[in-house]
Parts: sequence; structure tokens; C-alpha cells
Amino acid sequence: MQRLKLFIPLIVFALLAVLFWRGLSLDPTEMPSSRLGDAVPAFELPTVDNPEATITPAIFKGQVSLLNVWATWCQACRIEHPFLVELAETEDIPIYGINYKDDVEEAKRWLEQLHDPYEFSIVDKEGRLGLDLGVFGAPETYVVDKQGIIRHRHVGIVDQRVWDEEIGPLVARLREE
Amino acid sequence: MVPEVGHYALILALALSVALTVLPLVGAQIGNQLLMHTSRSLATGFFVFVAIAFACLVIAFIQDDFSVSYVAGHSNSLMPVYYKISAVWGGHEGSLLLWILMLSGWTLAIAHLSKSLPLSLRAQVLAVMGFVGVGFLLFILLTSNPFDRLLPLAPQEGADLNPLLQDFGLIVHPPVLYMGYVGFAVSFAFAIAALLSGRLDSAWTRWARPWTNTAWAFLTIGIALGSWWAYYELGWGGWWFWDPVENASFLPWLVGTALIHSLAVTEKRGLFKSWTLLLAIFTFALSLLGTFLVRSGVLTSVHAFANDPERGVFILMFLLVVVGGSLTLYAFRAPVVHKSVRFSLVSRETFLLANNILLITIMVTVLIGTLYPLIADALNWGKVSVGPPFFNVFFVPLMGFLCLLMAPGVSSSWKRTSWQQLRQLLTRPLVVSVAAGALFPAVYGDEYHWEVALAVFIGVWIVSAGVSDLLYRLRHSRHWRDGLRRLTLSYWGMQLAHAGIAVTTIGVCLNSAYSDLRDVRMAPGETVQTSHYEFVLEGVEQVRGPNYVAQEATIRVSHDGEYVRHMKPQKRRYLAGGNMMTEVALDPGLFRDLYIAMGEPLGDDAWAIRVHVKPFVRWIWLGAIFMALGGGLAVADKRYRKLAQRQAEAAEPSLTGEART
Repeated sequence: MQRLKLFIPLIVFALLAVLFWRGLSLDPTEMPSSRLGDAVPAFELPTVDNPEATITPAIFKGQVSLLNVWATWCQACRIEHPFLVELAETEDIPIYGINYKDDVEEAKRWLEQLHDPYEFSIVDKEGRLGLDLGVFGAPETYVVDKQGIIRHRHVGIVDQRVWDEEIGPLVARLREE
Repeated sequence: MVPEVGHYALILALALSVALTVLPLVGAQIGNQLLMHTSRSLATGFFVFVAIAFACLVIAFIQDDFSVSYVAGHSNSLMPVYYKISAVWGGHEGSLLLWILMLSGWTLAIAHLSKSLPLSLRAQVLAVMGFVGVGFLLFILLTSNPFDRLLPLAPQEGADLNPLLQDFGLIVHPPVLYMGYVGFAVSFAFAIAALLSGRLDSAWTRWARPWTNTAWAFLTIGIALGSWWAYYELGWGGWWFWDPVENASFLPWLVGTALIHSLAVTEKRGLFKSWTLLLAIFTFALSLLGTFLVRSGVLTSVHAFANDPERGVFILMFLLVVVGGSLTLYAFRAPVVHKSVRFSLVSRETFLLANNILLITIMVTVLIGTLYPLIADALNWGKVSVGPPFFNVFFVPLMGFLCLLMAPGVSSSWKRTSWQQLRQLLTRPLVVSVAAGALFPAVYGDEYHWEVALAVFIGVWIVSAGVSDLLYRLRHSRHWRDGLRRLTLSYWGMQLAHAGIAVTTIGVCLNSAYSDLRDVRMAPGETVQTSHYEFVLEGVEQVRGPNYVAQEATIRVSHDGEYVRHMKPQKRRYLAGGNMMTEVALDPGLFRDLYIAMGEPLGDDAWAIRVHVKPFVRWIWLGAIFMALGGGLAVADKRYRKLAQRQAEAAEPSLTGEART
């Protein structure tokens, strides 16, 4: 009986080992969006260019589109921006922006200076839409299908590699659905 | 050429470590003296070739050999030479090589400093060290070779070392920390040797104790250095974040502390034998676990290391073999307790048992907090992170309780202690510490903090009980100087280490209660006023460093209207990688630090500026220095060597005789 007790540490360790084995195939940095598979949350917001406009999720219906979260305070967005401009010119896909917790005037200046790849940029000054989407930080890009359902989320900069490997193929597939 | 020599030396070291694992072990099993005697020269060879490999990597860094992939990724020709050398362990591959170098160094030390050890025991201990070496050498050669070349297209310039790491902290923190981590491999090897040979007497503990104390002292300093580095380098103003990697170094420390105390019981009273062995295995297992967590990417941490699942699989396998194997051995071979020696409820044994239970409980809560995100993810409970509140809820009361028990633990005697003795020794310390605790917050600071009263009480309680015990021990001496001379170094070590805990406790608590933390917007000419200090931003200008440009703020500090000094925090941009770095301005002092860090520019010449006044923050690390010095004093105690010598001479014939039968 005494001898059996000495096996307890081994058993505890075995359980831990199973856990670690499982852990190796998990990615702790991957953050599933709570909205994945759901429609873009309801909102009614103006755009950077037109404070009178009221944009609603109805815009997403009918075609596959990208929804890009950006801000002028975001250094990584500045790095990402040229690629989005290039994407808007070369690929036939509408890109909608969410100008996230930002100063509208500065955002205007940014778009004038660096070119504007967006159909328009929704002003989310309070970050309410971002909160509903579950945004961590900018930049972040969502792929929205023809029904207005969020199908993919990319946290961080979208560049040629991300487009080629991750977003481009998905967009092609969604178009055929 | 040099990198190839290094690579080749590693392969030779692997061959030697395989031999070191097999030959002495077989020798000890069949009682062959010749095979057992190979252990010392094989251990020497193991060290020499690892050292050659390490030297080759250092040379590759000094010569800016960017054809070596690891050098190209972690160095830059503009870096000063001392950072080039410390960049050797600035990444995964090189730090692993440093790990192995330390391991072989410890192996060499056992081989040459343990002449008093019985031959068979030494052979077994060295063989276990060799086995650990085999695992890590395979790991580095198969998955993380630092000598891999980028050929034929070698880059002209290296990618630069992360600026956070271009600091004195990187030069000292990893080597010292690894000395601690790897040092516990020695305790582990002693434990395995004890299980293999069935020899676990007080002589064995006397051999194992100095090694364990040394490793513990290194680990203590290593953790403190890491905490101090994070404090001044990260610019967040904190000194401990309960980050998974910090926890990974803290877990072996907790169990190692338990091990030191449990070894004391095993040596003096022959109790807790199996428990001591288990702790020795756990301590090293947790060191390995730390390595696994840091390098496999199963947890997210600020210490983002190489996140490569292939490496994760390898370390996990190694962990399985080492820990699984040793726990299996433990289950079959550990001595089953026969209740032959008893101790009464109030005795030093009881207090040390309580110490062990508390330390292990603390370790388990920290382990659960660290692994919980992984557990939740594996069981599909969602993604969670565990923050400091969880750790503090368990850690603070358990640690407080542990500190309270420290005083009666020191004042009690082995086997049986009368209440009267405790009362006699502890009444005065109790009165002094309650008074000190109650008065201190009334005198110091503007508000009365209960937690400060408690912390000061605990700190003074530990120290005054220590003094009381010291006086008690001197009571029979005709002159106090004779009495002092009779006290052993390990007694002084114990006192000093306990005082260290008191100092750290006071530092932690007073710092958290009295710190004045302000994150403010400041434009030139503006002032921040804390209760006693006044900070005036005089201006911000651009300055150039060797490999960066910086915005430097000049801030005038005065204390109650009296000028103290100018402080100059910087926001640096490193030219090679474009990384932004915060360079904190510090005015350190024994009783308070002034800490200023620059945040982001906010337009119109204004900056976000972090102004902290941190009382007693230095005490946190000062206490750690006391603890480590205490550990060092205990190691220096002559009685280990003398007694070990005698025991070895007595044990040798019987043991070889035993091995032959």
C-alpha cells in the first residue's frame, strides 16, 4: 500500500504530459473572433468623407468584401497602407475601412496624402463597432461574404504573403459560393 | 572554418556524453573500478568540447561572421563588442548552448570537487549528468544548431539584436539564472544516484546539500537580476509581472527552497527521505518544464522565444524520458517510510514540514495559474489569461503565513520543543515586532496602511526572532565572542537568508503601498507635483547615440522645494531595425527610487510621461542578495567537507564490497 502511494507523482506527471502534448498542437496567439460565422454587427455610422452619411451593414450584401480596421495613430497601419492601395488597384474587391478611435481630420489628411484604397471609411470614433466586432487593435482585416457574414479575421498587417496564402484563396472560394 | 570546428566539437561532446552515461553506470552496476574511474576524464572531455563549441560561437560573433545564420539574426557590426559576446545567448540556439556549457561546467565541478565521494556514487552522479547532457546535445544538434550557415548568399550585415537585449542585464541575467537552473541538475543527479544505489543516509545528504545550496543561491540571484532588469529596462515601472516565463523560473525556486529545508531534516534526523528525493526530482523537472514552456510556444509571454512545434515535441519527449523515467524509478525504489523515528507536535521537524507544505502549495497555485490558459484551451473552455490578481490572492497570504512560521521554526529544537522554550525566545520579538508594525505606518507616509503594519510586523518578527535565537545560543558562553566563534557558518547562512526574506517582504509591501504612480501629459514648463516631490519638464531635445537617435527630456526634480537633480529619460529609435525603445531615467536610493519614463509624443511638444516615486523598491533585490549570500555561507561551512571526508572513508570499503556481491 505504501509503495502504491509513491506512484502518485508519476500519475500526476503523466496527466501533465498529456496536457502538454495537446498544448503543442494549439496556438495560444490565435484568437478566434467571437463573430466568426456571424453577420457583421448592426451599426449606423457616418464616413470619414461625409459626416452626414449613415452606413449600415446592408453595404456588405451582394459581393465578397474586405473590412479593414485602421487608425492614424497605428504605426503598423502605415506599413500596411501601401499594400491596400495596391490591392485596391490590382484586385477587384471592395475594401471598406473602419477608422477606429481616431481623429477624423487627421484621418482625412492621411487618406489624402497616402491615397485612399477604401470604398469609404466608417467612422468608429468611440470604438463601439470595434468592440462589437471584438477588435484587439489595428490593423485588423475581416473577410465578409456575399450574405454579409464574417468568414475570416486576420490580426496584424495584410501583405502580399498574407494575401497569397490566406485571404486571396478564401475570397476566390467565397465568390463561387 | 571556425563554425565547423564548433559544430564538430558539439558532435564529439555528444559522443563523450553518451560514453559518460553508459560506462560509469555499467561500472557501478557490475562493480568494475576501471569503468567507474572513466567518469572523471569523460566529464572533463565533455566540458572541454562544449567549451570549444561555445568559444567558436563567441568568435563567430566577434568576427561578425554573418554567414552563420544565428549570428546574422542576432548581431550587427555596429554593436559594441561586449554586446556581441552577450548576443551569443540572445536567442534560442545560443542560449541553449550556454545551458549546455553550464551543465558541462557543473559536471566538471562534481568530477573534480568531490574527491570525498565514494567512487560508485560519483560514477552514478556523473552518469546522470551525462545523460542530461546527451538530451540537450541531441536537442541542439537536431533542432537548433547555432552553427548553421547561410550559404552561398551570406548577408553583408546582421539584423541587429533586439534593443531591449542590448543591455547589461543580458550580460549577467541569463548566465546566472542558468547556473541556478542547471545546478539543480546536480541535486537531481544525486537523487537518481541514491535511488539507483539505494544509499540514502546522512552522508548522502551532506554531499548533496552544498550543491543544492549553491544552485539555489544562483537561481535566487538570477531571478532577482531578471526582475531588476525588467524594472529599469521595460519602462513599465513594475518589477514582477507573473509572466509565464518568470513563473517558470520561480517554480523551481519554490521547490528548491523546500528541498533545502527538507534536506536539513533528512541530514539531521533521517526523516522525509523519500520526500527529499521527490523534491530533488521535482526541482529539476520544473527547470526542464521552464525550458519547455519558453521554447515550445505553448504559452504566450513577453519572453517570446523560438516558437517551433518541432522543438516543443523534442523537449516534451526529453521531459517524458527524464521526469517520467525518474518518477518511475522513484515509485519502485524510494524507501518506504518506516515510522521508527518520531517527533512531537511542537518541534523543528513540524515547522519544517509546514514550510514544505506551504511552499509546495504556493508552487502548485503558481503552476496552475501559469498552465490554466493551456488547460482551458486544451479542454475547449475558451481562451483565457490569468492575471496578477489570481496569483496575489493565493501567494500573499500563503507567503505571509510561511514568514510567520519562520520565527518559531528557527527557535525550536529538533525532536521536541517545550512551549516554555518558545515563549521564552519569542515573547520579546513578538512585543518588538507588534510595536514596530503598529508604529511604522503612523510615522512613515501620510496615510495609515494596515498591510504595511502587517508587513513590517512580519519583517521585524523574523529578524528579531533571529537575534533572540542568537542570544539564546550565546547564553552559556563566558564571553560572547567565544560563543560567536562556536556558531557554524551554516547557522549564519540560515540567519542571513531569513533576514533576506524579511527585507524582501518589507520591500515588496512598502513599495506597493507607498508608490506614487502618475502617467501624465507634460509640455515644457509644466509641473507634476507628488506629495513631496516636484517634477518640472524643462525641455525635450534630440540627441544621437552610437546606433540610435533619441528624444531626451530634461526634468528638474526637487524634494519639498529643495533641488535634487536633473533626470533625463529618453525615447530612442534604433537605426538598424527602426525599433522604438524607452530609456528610463532612474534616481535610485535605499529608501526610494525616482523613476521617469517617456511615453508617446502627444503633439504641441507635449509628451506622455510616467513619473513614479517608489519607496523601498531596492529592498526587494537587496533581500535576494542576502538570501543568496546566506546560501553561499552555508556552502562554505567546513563541516560538510570534514564530515563528508570521514564518512566517505568509512563508507568506501563497505560500499564497494556491497557492489561486488
